[in-house]
Amino acid sequence: MTKETDKSPAGEKPEVDAYSGVDTTGHEWDGIKELDNPLPRWWLWIFYATIAWAVVYMIFMPALPAPPGFDGHTRGLRNHSERANVTEALAELQASRGPMFARLQQAAADGGIEAIERDPELLNFALAAGESAFGDNCATCHGAGAQGFIGYPNLNDDVWIWDGTFEGIQYTLHKGIRWEQNPDTRFSQMPAYGQDGLLSREEIAAVADHVMTLAGMIEPTEAGRTVGTEIFNQQCSTCHGADGTGDRTIGAPNLVDRDWLYGSEPENIRASIYRGPYGVMPAWEERLDEEVITALAAYVFLLGGGEREAFTEAALDPAISGGADTDGAAGR
Amino acid sequence: MELIKNRPAPKAKAADGVAVHDAEPVNSPERRELYHKREPIYPKLVHGKFRSAKWIFMILALGVYYLLPFVRWDRGPGAPDQAVLVDFANARFYFFFIELWPQEVFYITGLLILAALLLFLVTALFGRVWCGYACPQTVWTDLFIAVERLFEGDRNKRMRLDKQPWSFDKAWRKISKHAVWLVIAAATGGAWILYFHDAFAVLENFFTGQAALTSYLFFAILTFTTYTLAGTMREQVCTYMCPWPRIQAGLTDQQSLNVMYRVDRGEPRGAHKKGESWEGRGDCIDCKACVAACPMGIDIREGAQLECIGCALCIDACDEIMVKVNRPKGLIAYDTDLNIERRMKGEKTQFNLLRPRVILYAALIAAVSGLMLFGLINRSELELNSYRDRNPNFVTLSDGTVRNGYTLTVLNKAGEPRTLDVSLQTDPMMRMRVIGATEAAPTRLAVPADTTQDFRIFLSLPPEAVDRASEDVTFVVTDPATGETARTEAVFITGEGGR
Repeated sequence: MTKETDKSPAGEKPEVDAYSGVDTTGHEWDGIKELDNPLPRWWLWIFYATIAWAVVYMIFMPALPAPPGFDGHTRGLRNHSERANVTEALAELQASRGPMFARLQQAAADGGIEAIERDPELLNFALAAGESAFGDNCATCHGAGAQGFIGYPNLNDDVWIWDGTFEGIQYTLHKGIRWEQNPDTRFSQMPAYGQDGLLSREEIAAVADHVMTLAGMIEPTEAGRTVGTEIFNQQCSTCHGADGTGDRTIGAPNLVDRDWLYGSEPENIRASIYRGPYGVMPAWEERLDEEVITALAAYVFLLGGGEREAFTEAALDPAISGGADTDGAAGR
Repeated sequence: MELIKNRPAPKAKAADGVAVHDAEPVNSPERRELYHKREPIYPKLVHGKFRSAKWIFMILALGVYYLLPFVRWDRGPGAPDQAVLVDFANARFYFFFIELWPQEVFYITGLLILAALLLFLVTALFGRVWCGYACPQTVWTDLFIAVERLFEGDRNKRMRLDKQPWSFDKAWRKISKHAVWLVIAAATGGAWILYFHDAFAVLENFFTGQAALTSYLFFAILTFTTYTLAGTMREQVCTYMCPWPRIQAGLTDQQSLNVMYRVDRGEPRGAHKKGESWEGRGDCIDCKACVAACPMGIDIREGAQLECIGCALCIDACDEIMVKVNRPKGLIAYDTDLNIERRMKGEKTQFNLLRPRVILYAALIAAVSGLMLFGLINRSELELNSYRDRNPNFVTLSDGTVRNGYTLTVLNKAGEPRTLDVSLQTDPMMRMRVIGATEAAPTRLAVPADTTQDFRIFLSLPPEAVDRASEDVTFVVTDPATGETARTEAVFITGEGGR
C-alpha cells in the first residue's frame, strides 16, 4: 500500500503515515497531518465523463446565453426547442382527439344528450373530456367536484336557476350569465333594495321573514305577515311569483326549495335582499372550442342534475330500485 | 499473511504421477484485504459428476432462457400467442395458461415468496447449491470461462499467456475471446427484450432499426452487464456485490450438507511417494488440485467460508487425484460439520435431513403454493370495484332526496364481451340510476372482452328514508348467461347528524 512516489516539489520524499501507510500531503494543523488519499479511479472517470458530456451538450443543445438579436441563447446543432416540441405535441393531441370530438358534435346535434349516452365509447370520452375541461376552467368557482360554494351554484343537484336541460346548459356555457360583453348572455337583475335605499332595514327584515315563512323555515312573524307580505307582493312576486317558486325564464330563483345559493341563515337572506345578488359567469364561447363546450355540457348534465322529460329519479321504475334483491340472486 | 508464509514451499510432487499445482488461494482470509485489486483466477477444468451436472444444468438454463420467447400458445383471436409474455402496453402478463391482470400482481409476490422459501430450504439442506449451479451469475460466468478456455487453453496455458508480451498469437486469442463474449452478452440482452413483445416481430424490428428505444436501451444495458459481470468481475460479484453469502450463513447449521474438506481424514497432509505407507498421515497429498479448480479462488481445506459457492468442482478435482493415488474418493465431499466432529471422536456418522427448520420451510412452501394454487383455480373472470364520489360526498336534491355518485369498475377477464345486470343489496327505498343505460334496460352494463370498464351510477334515498348518517350498500353484477356474480361493498352517506 505504501507509495514510494515522490510528489513534493522540493524533491524530498513525502512523509508516510505510520498507521495507514499512506503518504501525507505535508499539511499539518494542530498536529493533525493530512493524508494523501487519491480519489477512486471510477469517481474520476465519471467526473471526466460529465465534463465531456457537458461540452458535447453545449455544442448540440441550446446552452449558452447569446447577445440580443440572437434569440437570447445559442441554438445548438440540433436546433432543439422545447417550445416547438410542446406546440407540436399539442397539435398532435388535438389531431388525435379530432375524430372523437367530431363524433361528439354530430351526436349532440342529431340526438342531444341521449345520443351521447347511447354510445358507451362516446359517453366515456365526453365524460373524460368534460371533466378535464371542468377542472381547468370551471373548478375555480364551482369547485373540483362541481359542488359549488356560497354564491356559486352546486351543479350536482337538481336545482337550476335558468335551465337544466342539455341544450340549456350548452346555452349558459356559450353565452355566460350577466356577462355584459356578450349581447345574448342570460341576464336578470335583482334590485339592491337596501343599498339603493328602496327599503328600510326593518322592511327588509320583514320581507325576509315572509320569504322564510314561504319556504317553511320559520313560523310566521307579525312583521312578516303584514309588512313583509305586502312588500313581497308589490316588489318580489313579479319575478319570484306570488308563491315564491321563481321563474326560470328570467332566472328568478325558486325561494321555497331547500337550496339557497347565497346561504340559508336569516342574515344571508336579509343580505341578499339588501345587496341584490349579481352573480357573473363568463361566456365560454369566447375562450373554448365548440366541441369542448359540448363535452362540458354533457359532463355537467350527467353530474346528476340534468333535466329531461322522462327518466328522472321520480320516474324510475320501482322494479329496478334497490332492495328487491336481498338474496344476491340475479338482479331482476 | 503469516500462515501462508510459514507453510513449507510446495514440493515438486505430491505423489507419484500427481503434479503439484502452483495454486495459491486468491481469496484466503489472510490475503483478503479491503480495497485489494482483483487478482485473476484461472480455474482449471475438471471432470466428474458435478462438472457434468453443471454442464447439463447450464445447457438447460440457457436453452430455456434463449428459446422460451419463441414458444407459441394459442389464446384465440385478439390475444397474443406467445407462451411467456410481459405485455406492459396492455398491462397483462401471460404465462402459458395463466393470464394475470395488474390487480393480480400479488401472484408475483407469492412467486417471489415461494422462490425465497425454496432457496431457504435448499440452502438449509445442501448449502449454496443455488449459487453453484442455478444463479445466472454462475451460469454465464461458467459459459464465459468455457469460451476463455477454448481460445486461451486451460489454467497453465492461460497463466502463461497472460504473462507473455503481446504477440500476434496472444492478440488473436484475446480478441476472439472478447468477440465471442460480446456475442453471448448481446444474445443475452437480445433475448431479454423478446419477453416484452412478440418475439418474432421484435427480432425483425430490432434488426431493421424499428424497435422501440427501450428495446435498444435494455439490449445495451444487459449486453454491458453480462459482459462485465460474467467476463471481468466474476467471483467479485458473489463476494462483494451479492447479499446472499451473508444471509446464507444464517440458514445453514451443523447438519447442513456442504462441500467440505474432511479434515479428519485429510490431516496431517503432505507429499506422498508411491509405495509409502499411509499410516500416521492424512489422505491429503497437498497437490492443490482443489485450489486450482476453484472458480472463487479459495482453498476449501480452510473450512466453510463466505466465498464458497458450493459448486463442488473441488470434489471432482480431488476425486480424480484420490483415484490416482489409490485412496477412496470423497476426501472433499458433501458432508456436515457434525459428522466431521463425530468421526473425530470416533462416533458413528448420521445424516439428519429432517430438522425443524427444514420441516418449517417445507410446510411454508406447501402452504404458500397451496394458497396460490387455490387462488389460481378459483380466479374469477369477473370482478367489481366501486369508488364513491368524495367531492361532494352527497347531494341533497330540492325535494330532500339525498344522492351519492359512484364509479363502478367492472373487470371482464373473459375472452368475450358480456352483458351484465347490476343490482343492489341495501335499504329497499334506495333507487339506482346508471348513466348511459337505456330506459328499456336501466340496469344493463355492456363490457367488452378482456377489458376494464367504468360506469357512473347514482343512488338516491327519498327524504322520508333519510334518517341516519350512512347506509351500507352492496353492488352486485350478474352475468345472466353464466350466472357468474361479483359484488363490492360501498357506503351511502346522507349527511344526517353531521358528516
